[in-house]
Amino acid sequence: MLLIRCPWCGMDRPEIEFRHAGAAHITRPGPPDRVSDEEWAAFLYLRDNPKGRVAERWRHVHGCGRFFNAVRDTVTDVFVVTYRAGEPRPPESAPPETLPPETRP
Amino acid sequence: MTAFRSPAGGRIDRSKPIRFTFDGRQMHGHAGDTLASALLANGVHLVGRSFKYHRPRGIVSAGAEEPNALVTIDRGGGRETPNLRATQVELHEGLVARSQNRFPGLRFDIGGINNAFSRFLGAGFYYKTFMGPRALGGTKLWARLFEPAIRRAAGLGRAPAGPDPDCYANRFAHCEVLVIGGGEAGLAEALRRSEDPACRVILCDEQAEFGGWMLVEAPERADEMVEALSARPNVTLLPRSQAFGAYAQNFVAIAQQLADPLALSDPELPRERLWQVRAGEVVLASGAIERPLVFPDNDRPGILLAGAAETYLRRYGVLPGRKIAILTACDTAYGAAFALQDAGAEIVAIAETRTAQGASEIAARAVARGIPVLPGMTIVGTTGHLRVSGVQLGRIRPDGAAEPSGGFTADTVLMSGGWTPSIHLFSQTKGKLRWEEGLGAYLPATPAPGQTIRVIGAAAGEMPPEMRSPAIGALPAPGSPDKVKAFVDFQNDVTARDLRLATREGFRAIEHVKRYTTTGMATDQGKTSNLNALGIIAAETGRSVPEIGLTTFRAPYTPVTFGLFAGQARGDLFDPVRRTPMHDWAERNGAVFEDVGAWKRAHYFLPRRPVDAAASGHAAMHEAVQAECRKVREAVGLFDASTLGKIEVVGPDAAEFLERAYVNPVRSLAVGRCRYALLLNEAGFIIDDGIIARLAEDRFHVTTTTSGAARVFGMFEDYLQTEWPDLKVWQTSVTEHWAVMAVQGPRARDIIADLVEGIDLSNAAFPHMAVREGRIAGMPCRLFRVSFTGELGYEINVPAGLALPLWERLAERAAEFGGGPYGTEAMHVLRAEKGHIIVGQDTDGTMTPDDMGLGWAIGKKKPDFIGKRGLMRPDLVAPGRKQLVGLVAEDRSRVLEEGAQIVPDSLAPAGTHALGHVTSAYFSAALGHGIALAVVEDGRNRVGQVLHIPMERETIAVRVVEPVFLDPEGTRLHG
Amino acid sequence: MVDGFVDTPRFRLIEAPPLARFVLRAPDAALKAAGKAYGLALPEGLNQGASHGERGKPGARVALHLGPDEWWLIVPEAEGPEVAAALEAALASHPHSLVEVSHRQVGFVLEGEGAAALLNAGCPLDFSEQAFPPGMATRSLFHRVGLMIWRMAPGLFRLEIDRTLAPYFVTALAEAAKDHS
Ligand SMILES: [Zn+2]
Repeated sequence: MLLIRCPWCGMDRPEIEFRHAGAAHITRPGPPDRVSDEEWAAFLYLRDNPKGRVAERWRHVHGCGRFFNAVRDTVTDVFVVTYRAGEPRPPESAPPETLPPETRP
Repeated sequence: MTAFRSPAGGRIDRSKPIRFTFDGRQMHGHAGDTLASALLANGVHLVGRSFKYHRPRGIVSAGAEEPNALVTIDRGGGRETPNLRATQVELHEGLVARSQNRFPGLRFDIGGINNAFSRFLGAGFYYKTFMGPRALGGTKLWARLFEPAIRRAAGLGRAPAGPDPDCYANRFAHCEVLVIGGGEAGLAEALRRSEDPACRVILCDEQAEFGGWMLVEAPERADEMVEALSARPNVTLLPRSQAFGAYAQNFVAIAQQLADPLALSDPELPRERLWQVRAGEVVLASGAIERPLVFPDNDRPGILLAGAAETYLRRYGVLPGRKIAILTACDTAYGAAFALQDAGAEIVAIAETRTAQGASEIAARAVARGIPVLPGMTIVGTTGHLRVSGVQLGRIRPDGAAEPSGGFTADTVLMSGGWTPSIHLFSQTKGKLRWEEGLGAYLPATPAPGQTIRVIGAAAGEMPPEMRSPAIGALPAPGSPDKVKAFVDFQNDVTARDLRLATREGFRAIEHVKRYTTTGMATDQGKTSNLNALGIIAAETGRSVPEIGLTTFRAPYTPVTFGLFAGQARGDLFDPVRRTPMHDWAERNGAVFEDVGAWKRAHYFLPRRPVDAAASGHAAMHEAVQAECRKVREAVGLFDASTLGKIEVVGPDAAEFLERAYVNPVRSLAVGRCRYALLLNEAGFIIDDGIIARLAEDRFHVTTTTSGAARVFGMFEDYLQTEWPDLKVWQTSVTEHWAVMAVQGPRARDIIADLVEGIDLSNAAFPHMAVREGRIAGMPCRLFRVSFTGELGYEINVPAGLALPLWERLAERAAEFGGGPYGTEAMHVLRAEKGHIIVGQDTDGTMTPDDMGLGWAIGKKKPDFIGKRGLMRPDLVAPGRKQLVGLVAEDRSRVLEEGAQIVPDSLAPAGTHALGHVTSAYFSAALGHGIALAVVEDGRNRVGQVLHIPMERETIAVRVVEPVFLDPEGTRLHG
Repeated sequence: MVDGFVDTPRFRLIEAPPLARFVLRAPDAALKAAGKAYGLALPEGLNQGASHGERGKPGARVALHLGPDEWWLIVPEAEGPEVAAALEAALASHPHSLVEVSHRQVGFVLEGEGAAALLNAGCPLDFSEQAFPPGMATRSLFHRVGLMIWRMAPGLFRLEIDRTLAPYFVTALAEAAKDHS
């Protein structure tokens, strides 16, 4: 069982207290009459499935109840960083391939 | 004194004899014995038949790595555990053990015939054979006839057929340091780390006693160390505890056997306990496992590891035999030889695979003791059937081949191929390994990211010189190597020949060879077999071991019972069951319950218990449901709607939030009024429905479906927190706070009128779709004037803990008026008569409001709501979508089948495109005929048409009608 | 419902008497006013509990800070209406939500030197006093059900569980207690 750091509680808490909630940083386009079918379809259905670091939404559902974002490595399952919903993805959590080689983990 | 028990020595308690049976034969051992040591003390080596060839097999090891001595332990009363390693089973009074994989008996086993056909059972046998040879009737006949027989013959113990009567416990634990392995290194580490009283240390070991090899060599020192640890309150000692899985972030699963099972006074007490330990640091002190040597016929009973023999002698006071031959590639075998000789055994020879070893100091000591040491020698064959009787030796020539060179008679053969560090748990955590040529083994190198794991002692390769040997692979044998059976993996019956065959057939990656030959699979997980297999493949393919790679070690390290994983989650505790405050009343009054999510809901009521089985079946249910429906339509019905989801939405932006969430206009809803509301997902499809009631400008009471309650609450929380965090509004689940009683029927007002305080119930003051807060029978209530049945109706919300007395009172009154309770089935019939949909039954996640004839609910002027953009998608506005309609069979007595497909013609051939399907179908008591709801392409334009429903034996003609069957004007709503 | 069900020298489970319960959702700006009206300062730190008075006795107040803007307020049953009225009056100028949930959940006290170990039969949290000091309150899980755990003292826990899940919790705890006898 993984430990996940809740950025609201400020604690590492057991994985079973959390619920995964899909990809992070997806903006709901609007208003409806100004959104193209393609844009809406992308919002509804198109998601990246990268090997490596991915930004996800999680909810501390059996804890403080808050949604937050997490960058997780899909290869190692390591949570690189967690941060509150609405905050930008921390630059240090960028995918390793975009970092200079000497700083790659 | 049993035949092979030494007169003194060992850790056993000679004052405490213990009786046990093996395959029905009475034997005895002593307290402190394992089943294996007790069997050896009784002269029993033969303990099982091998997996595939049914070859007689004996005890090979003295620990968790035992591949052969798998037994079934029967503790009576269905308490039967197969595949336990006899080397790990503690002996206790009355223990009943049985050998496995033999018929009719261990000494004569019919399956042994597989051995004669072993040429056909080699590597990839299963893959090659189960394709089904054509000569044997093709795949079908093969699969039906031969495959089951072969599978039966090849196997381990039998899984018990009955339910497991034992209990299992679970504990989560946290510590600063978890030490795995209670040998010398582990004990010392635990002592050192626990000096700091703030440092919580957990030490686990698979055996009943801590000490590991010290129990053989220096038991007093082990006792002292354990005593010191026991005195420290920050130390938790877990004996009989196998760490079987190591996971991310220092999380380790440990299976603990709880004491001697037959000594348990209370069968309710747990037999095993699962520890889920989160450690600051994991220290792996799991020691090393001795490697067998791979020589022809190395699997006969009586052939065992040298270290195991020394353990049996020095720890358990058991001589494995009297006339012992030894084959070794490692100096530790000499220690065993000397100890056994001192205990009275004859060491006929030590065959040294190492040519240069003849001149070593330890060999000289052997020679001085009168033990012949034969350097550059191997065993090229053994004799004996149920027990080894002799060995044939072979001289290893400089070119690496072997030529026969005499032999010895012997009742026991010891082998030692060196020691392999036990790195399984380190490897499970995805730690990186490195190859150590001098040990012929992999060693831990770098822990995986996020892991704080340190490996110490022999597991880290820290071994004294006498334990170090680079020998792996198969030893040479004269003649064709394909003719001999030199076993690499005893448990899976994999020979050196199988591995060579696999490489010749093109399998080069170790993961492929493993799957093709099954080497290192199952419970063995490569403990004894891995490195020899690697050595053989390396030699065969001319590559180095690191080039070949290493198979993944998987949890569990040793087998774990299913019961341990299930833990408490069985019977009543398998899953929580949610019951309404009226549950017990319903049960007393004949309710038959149905599961809706975790809830138990009264499905229908059988007022009198059925006298015979037939009466309790479908007919009785039909009769009960019809009666319940009639009561509602003619008098009054009482329905427990407590399971509905209820959310209180409060805050200055409460109306704005609900306006954005639901399709309906909400801001315009007046205080004191309710609205039927539809909830969509962003794709535009209906996912829930309910009632929005406005209690105050900034306070709403919103209901959801029973099964959608948690989902809707979570979805709202998502939008509130992440989509519209600027809105000043909060939601609180009040599902469990309010019990809900629906009172429906022409007499509904009559039975509640004089209980209600502070609410004018007249149609004018309290019309349909109104809500009031007041009191009923002295308790606070939220009273809704709503109807899902089409009758005059109320839904009374009262605090759950106060609900039952009110319900009982209402039930009495309903009965006085000729009414009574109704269940979910009657509720479904009544709403279908009115054409009200059930989300999830009449919708399937692809239905829009317009599809369901509910387009009127949408607030057309709203700039946005969840699903609004979705509803504009071309597919969702295209003509020809499926729409909700009513159906009545031309034979009106017919009740259609839910899910039945609808086609235009009575003689539609198979494969005809279906226009839609039946979503709900009942017999309507009020109308006296069957009714159905269905979704049909362009359905509203088909009203009046006759369509057809092809069934297995007939085609049913149905007429499309409006979905509202009863009282389309809605006059009954007003009582 | 549970008295005597889980009762050993090392731990004991007691069902709380009927209580009035409220969920208060409010921004930080409203805390001072709320605390004043409530008669007990609402704990500012997340996952903190505070109380004064004796459980169930007149004037007893409990405040548990369980979500960033979420407090549970628990008072004697009879004082519910007056507490609600006082809070609504004090918070009139602050956007907030006060919802009564008295019957939504059931309260328990789990006490004894073995209480923390017993909770660990089904709850994966670390109950060492460093990781979960007295005064801490949080939602978590016990096997399959969610619950609120508030540690008042090293061997004294207040628990709140949804009404319909309480029977499961009590049965599961009793089953776990067999492993601690
Ligand atoms: Zn949290």
